[in-house]
Amino acid sequence: MDIFQMIANALADRYGLDASEITPETELISIGVDSLDAAELLMALEEKIGVEIEPTKKLATIKDVVATVEAAQNENDSF
Amino acid sequence: MNRRVVVTGMGAVTPVGIGVRNFWANLKAGVCGIGPITRFDASRVKSSLAGEVKNFDPLDWLEKAEVVKMDRSAQFAVAAASEAMQLSGVAGTVDPNRAAVYLGTGIGGFETNEANCFKLFDKGPRRVSPFFVPMMIANMPAGLLAIRYDFRGAALPAVTACASGTNAIGEAVRAIRHGYADVALTGGTEAPIVEVGVAGFNSMKALATAEDPNAASLPFDARRAGFVIAEGAGVLVLEEYERAKNRGAKIYGEICGYGSTCDAYHMTAPRPDADGAARAVVEALREADWKAGESVYVNAHGTGTHLNDVAETRALKIAFGEDEARRLAISSTKSATGHMLGAAGAVEAIVCLKALAENVAPPTLNLLEPDPECDLDYIPSTKREAKFDLAISNSFGFGGHNACLAFRRIGG
Repeated sequence: MDIFQMIANALADRYGLDASEITPETELISIGVDSLDAAELLMALEEKIGVEIEPTKKLATIKDVVATVEAAQNENDSF
Repeated sequence: MNRRVVVTGMGAVTPVGIGVRNFWANLKAGVCGIGPITRFDASRVKSSLAGEVKNFDPLDWLEKAEVVKMDRSAQFAVAAASEAMQLSGVAGTVDPNRAAVYLGTGIGGFETNEANCFKLFDKGPRRVSPFFVPMMIANMPAGLLAIRYDFRGAALPAVTACASGTNAIGEAVRAIRHGYADVALTGGTEAPIVEVGVAGFNSMKALATAEDPNAASLPFDARRAGFVIAEGAGVLVLEEYERAKNRGAKIYGEICGYGSTCDAYHMTAPRPDADGAARAVVEALREADWKAGESVYVNAHGTGTHLNDVAETRALKIAFGEDEARRLAISSTKSATGHMLGAAGAVEAIVCLKALAENVAPPTLNLLEPDPECDLDYIPSTKREAKFDLAISNSFGFGGHNACLAFRRIGG
């Protein structure tokens, strides 16, 4: 499953949202995801993909979350 | 400033029913809410029974996104507050800056705490939820109610163990009486039925270990051997009397007295001379202008521990005098609900208000073998119909906290 879909599904599952309404451009705040929610989301994704995720910039959109997760994966692959 | 404080809304989430109407009907009918523990696998702990809230679906009051970020104790508080607020019709009638929240809990987010400790042990610190701290801290139910209803005055928890609900209400009464607020949401909530909690109370020898639900919570009975742990919430809407009257609110009764003292004696054992408890009752009676000869209902703390029930009996005799104490109609509704810890006093305040309104006192269930050291009238087994002039509710907590509230009807 690609990272975007994994994130959309995780949010839909936790908050009862419709996954099909989440796009890469969706702003986190617009679906009620604040900084604590984002931290918890990254924790759930860490659990799923098995790499540590440390965001280096503010997460405003779903796209930012995807980029953060991909960066963590790439960093992990380079070892 | 010394203003009168009345109750204009009530909400209850209890082991004998959700909603005040269900709760009260079942309590009068002698329904016992105690049963086998289902909240966790209780095969490892000594006590197998608890007073659990049955069929509680937080989605009846909250969105899914809210539910996952609230400890069960906070969910109970929201459910009880929703009922109380709806009944009161106070929303939109009060300046938010003049509205306060005083909500007690003995422990806080016990389930959240235990679950995250397991995560720490099993998976390490990176799996401890960012919601662990906000869901666990004992003030959060008060904070969440303030957010939900936009109440911007003081929002304070009372954390006085099993006296929390009663202390919270008493402090809210004082805040309104002395002009710091005009309206308050107040009460208590608790969800302590977790393995570490039961294990801890078991180690103290505080809990009954009987396996028969009708022979476990036995206040004032010679067979009593500890309390039965329970969960729930009770919330009241309090208002300054004149504003409640002017807006045409239905008034469920007046909270006319409050006493709050400490034993300053021992972490968990009550003072054998019952001085602290008696002083709390005396303070509440003084504020309520109690007079000898009045017909009084007492909702006892009555936990069913050996020490509490003897000390409480002694306290009532000291506070009322031996003769008047013998005329009291006393019951412990913990015989039906189990001990909801920080929620107990709030739910029992509702019992007092209903007893005054309907001239009926619920019984002490399963009281079959009187204890010579507990020799007052504890309304055994079946409800008592009588016109009460005054009702009081006692709550005593580990730490030596003693609290007593007094209630009267409005307009005699």
